[in-house]
Amino acid sequence: MTYGRRMQTKLGGSPTANPNRLRSDLLLKLEMESNPESLCLVRAAVERATEVLHFQEADSRAIVRSVDEALANVMRHAYKGEKGRTIEVTCRRLHGERREDNREGIEIVMLDSGAPLDPTKLKSRPLEDVRPGGLGLHFMRQGMDKVEFSRKKGKNQLRLVKYLATAAPAVSPEGE
Amino acid sequence: MQIAARQFQGWTILDLSGDIDLSHSPEMRKVLMVEIKEKKIPKLYLNLKNVRYIDSSGIASLVEGLKASRDHGSRLILFGLNTTVREVMQLSRLQKIFEIYEDEEQALSS
Repeated sequence: MTYGRRMQTKLGGSPTANPNRLRSDLLLKLEMESNPESLCLVRAAVERATEVLHFQEADSRAIVRSVDEALANVMRHAYKGEKGRTIEVTCRRLHGERREDNREGIEIVMLDSGAPLDPTKLKSRPLEDVRPGGLGLHFMRQGMDKVEFSRKKGKNQLRLVKYLATAAPAVSPEGE
Repeated sequence: MQIAARQFQGWTILDLSGDIDLSHSPEMRKVLMVEIKEKKIPKLYLNLKNVRYIDSSGIASLVEGLKASRDHGSRLILFGLNTTVREVMQLSRLQKIFEIYEDEEQALSS
């Protein structure tokens, strides 16, 4: 599946081979340019991925919003508005046997080669201060279970994780 | 995103539709500023019924519009917010900062 000239996607389903890495299946891998006009395409693709994993609608909206805000931040801050730079987005399905929390969900990793993140700017601003800007990170932290920034091999990496809401345990009649 | 303007009793109603994201929020901001600062419309209504998505840059443009309207002694009034837009307003804790009505009828009679 290809979106436009410089937006390539790969759909996958095979589990990762590295036993040290927590087990996950590749759902979607895409490479896009730092062009705001591409955001709607990524939102659509990620929304479908959340539907495949049966996320509730509110959680699906939160995931899509978080990815959109993260990509917008890359375009504005890491690439400083420059178009045509590469951003990689990988979505994986997380399985229940993870050592850290034993829950299923989705992991979205975004990579860019832009300017290193300034750690002092990774703070959400107080919302009581009504002014334009500074909400994107707040949306991500509100919407996702994990928001992890790192710098690896000259690239910025943002890892977002959202777990599926666990269904309430079925109530069985007494004596069973 | 598309923006269509209507006039009503000297006020402007902007019917917005589509996605208000980083790609389109500058355009919306520009239209708001023209209505508020140049045309000096006393009441500017934004119909958000057909807005499918709004991101933080769209919210920032709305906040700029609100500040400009306050500076100019006018009113910026929102109506027709769907679940997605209302959710973002709540996340931003802006639902009580903006003047928001359920539908056009309520908004126009305010």
